Amino acid sequence: MSQVVEKSKASRPRKPDVSAERWLRMYRQMARIREFEEKVNELYTSALMPGLAHLYIGQEAVAVGTCEALRQDDYITSTHRGHGHCLAKGASVDRMFAELLGKEAGYCRGKGGSMHIADPESGNLGANAIVGGSAGIATGAALSAKRRGTGQVVACFFGEGALGQGVLYEVMNLAQLWKLPVIYVCENNLYGEYTHYTEVAAGELTARPKAFGIQTDTVDGQRVQSVYEKMTGLVERARDGEGPAFLLCNTYRYRGHHVGDIDRSYYRTKEEEQEWMARRDPLRLLADWLIDQGRGDQETLAQIHTEAKAEIEAGADFALNAPYPQVSEVDRHVYA
Amino acid sequence: MSTPSTNSREVTFGEAIREALVEEMRRDPNVIIMGEDVAEAGTPFKVLSGLVEEFGTERVIDTPISEAGFTGLAVGAAMTGMRPVVDIMFGDFLALTMDQVANQAAKVHYMSGGKLSVPLVIRTTMGASRRSAAQHSQSLHAWLSHIPGLKVVLPSTPYDAKGLLKTAVRDDNPVAFFEDKMMYKLRGQAPAGDYIIPFGVADIKREGTDITVVATSSMVHVALGAARLLEEIGISAEVIDPRTTVPLDTQTIIESARKTSRAIVVDEGYEGYGVTAEIASVIADGAFYYLDAPVKRMGAMHVPVPFSPPLEDSTIPTQVSVAEMAKTLCGKV
Ligand SMILES: Cc1ncc(C[n+]2csc(CCOP(=O)(O)OP(=O)(O)O)c2C)c(N)n1
Repeated sequence: MSQVVEKSKASRPRKPDVSAERWLRMYRQMARIREFEEKVNELYTSALMPGLAHLYIGQEAVAVGTCEALRQDDYITSTHRGHGHCLAKGASVDRMFAELLGKEAGYCRGKGGSMHIADPESGNLGANAIVGGSAGIATGAALSAKRRGTGQVVACFFGEGALGQGVLYEVMNLAQLWKLPVIYVCENNLYGEYTHYTEVAAGELTARPKAFGIQTDTVDGQRVQSVYEKMTGLVERARDGEGPAFLLCNTYRYRGHHVGDIDRSYYRTKEEEQEWMARRDPLRLLADWLIDQGRGDQETLAQIHTEAKAEIEAGADFALNAPYPQVSEVDRHVYA
Repeated sequence: MSTPSTNSREVTFGEAIREALVEEMRRDPNVIIMGEDVAEAGTPFKVLSGLVEEFGTERVIDTPISEAGFTGLAVGAAMTGMRPVVDIMFGDFLALTMDQVANQAAKVHYMSGGKLSVPLVIRTTMGASRRSAAQHSQSLHAWLSHIPGLKVVLPSTPYDAKGLLKTAVRDDNPVAFFEDKMMYKLRGQAPAGDYIIPFGVADIKREGTDITVVATSSMVHVALGAARLLEEIGISAEVIDPRTTVPLDTQTIIESARKTSRAIVVDEGYEGYGVTAEIASVIADGAFYYLDAPVKRMGAMHVPVPFSPPLEDSTIPTQVSVAEMAKTLCGKV
């Protein structure tokens, strides 16, 4: 993929020296997300999950590549399509499932559900069901980190659809003016709901952050190596006080906008979906590369999948058997 | 109870809305629709399916996810000859449009000394119990009812939806039109052709003598369910549907309360500072000397709508809770 780099500020060619163990860890994280989402779909289709969910399948490399470049105490903000971000930042599978099923053991005591998972312990300031809704939160957390002098960095995840929201431009301007340690991670999966992004976005997507003088890069969001390497550089930059960055990750969601979006023929073709799944799958791409480089073998990768599956099954079982919150819980936490 | 005319047939609430828009768009080429995924997708609720095929993408316009932008743009278009119908997918997203709605659309006519007007319709949704959590479940019609210059419509049946939406499109003011997401599949009689229902005219959905239940939108059906339960124990409940909160038909509401001498107001907006408070005060004022009990209000609990099903279910009035309240007021506990 082309990498767009501002001429004035040559981005530093930092190639982190990454051990085989770390790549395998990333593979494991992506496998966990995929298995998690498959299970979510199964829970939905078997009417065991209340409401809907927006699956992250196909985009795993973005969440994992980004979060692996962050420290535990760095922050993220997430979106309606947030399960992958939450898991990649360190959420545990069982409490995630519990939240999705509205159980008391969930990350938000069942009050938030699929679109609102927050876990301050892993640095997750919350998923958000308002498109663009977390842009202010992420940028404010970066202001706070800077004021407190903690060296924390914030990754603000959003889909390209959020580029329609004015608030994003207001905060990007502030972030650059005040050199805030926030990285806007834009996942362009080509569609916002049922509309191709080119029908609703004028000009080049990257021209927008560039207009503020924000360091802007584009990566192949299907290659976790690219996301991780680019992100590592941007995080370091932000930590050093050099200000915000914008990372455009080109990716694809394999499934519907949400679990109920089954017939997609009126907005995209089966061939397009097949093409991405067959040739651009993030797990496959990493697997092939690991094997090719001699950093992993089939058995190890198969073993990772087996373990991920087992963890997911156990997590879902835990959640299915967990109790709902007491109804008296309903008016707790309205005020702090 | 309004009686549908002769060419009536059964349609769903969603179909009634679609028909109203189709008929108005055929009648007036200045009527245009704007919103997210309104064209080929026909909205996520499929309410607008087929419109783009008939009217084209020049009149059924997909927008970016820019609620403030396209609502503001609709205000300007309305001021200069168009009659835009804007689609705000979830009522919660009204929050993103509020400057355009409350400071611009609502005030232009007055601030210009009556020289400019804003014939704009904002269609949006309301209603909890879809397990959609706190940012996709609110019923925020009280916000808009609070702002002078806006009219607010809350249909409860397919018949009302069609007739009221046509009135909304023809009105020269900004009108917010709230559709309960859970009612799109609700079936009912409605005429095939043109008819309109004036704003500010309440409908008596059920006649009764012992207690008045004023209810809006989906709460009308909750109230009717409660009335059936009450009938079994000999309490006759009258159900009044104001249909529009602005303008509000105070006369019909007061007359009913005077007749029955007891009243409950049920609405799915937050109970605090809400529609129930306004209507209860109308009743207290207008029927004070006729009342045998204090007017009771039942709205959504003062909490963000929780995701967890047992919690969510506890936040909104049900036919059982309304019937219980009525029994208490009638001294039959
Ligand atoms: C402010 C706002 N408007 C509309 C919606 C409804 N909605 C939910 S997701 C979505 C599409 C978002 O597209 P994108 O940001 O690209 O993320 P993706 O779903 O592709 O991951 C829309 C329009 C919303 N949640 N919030």
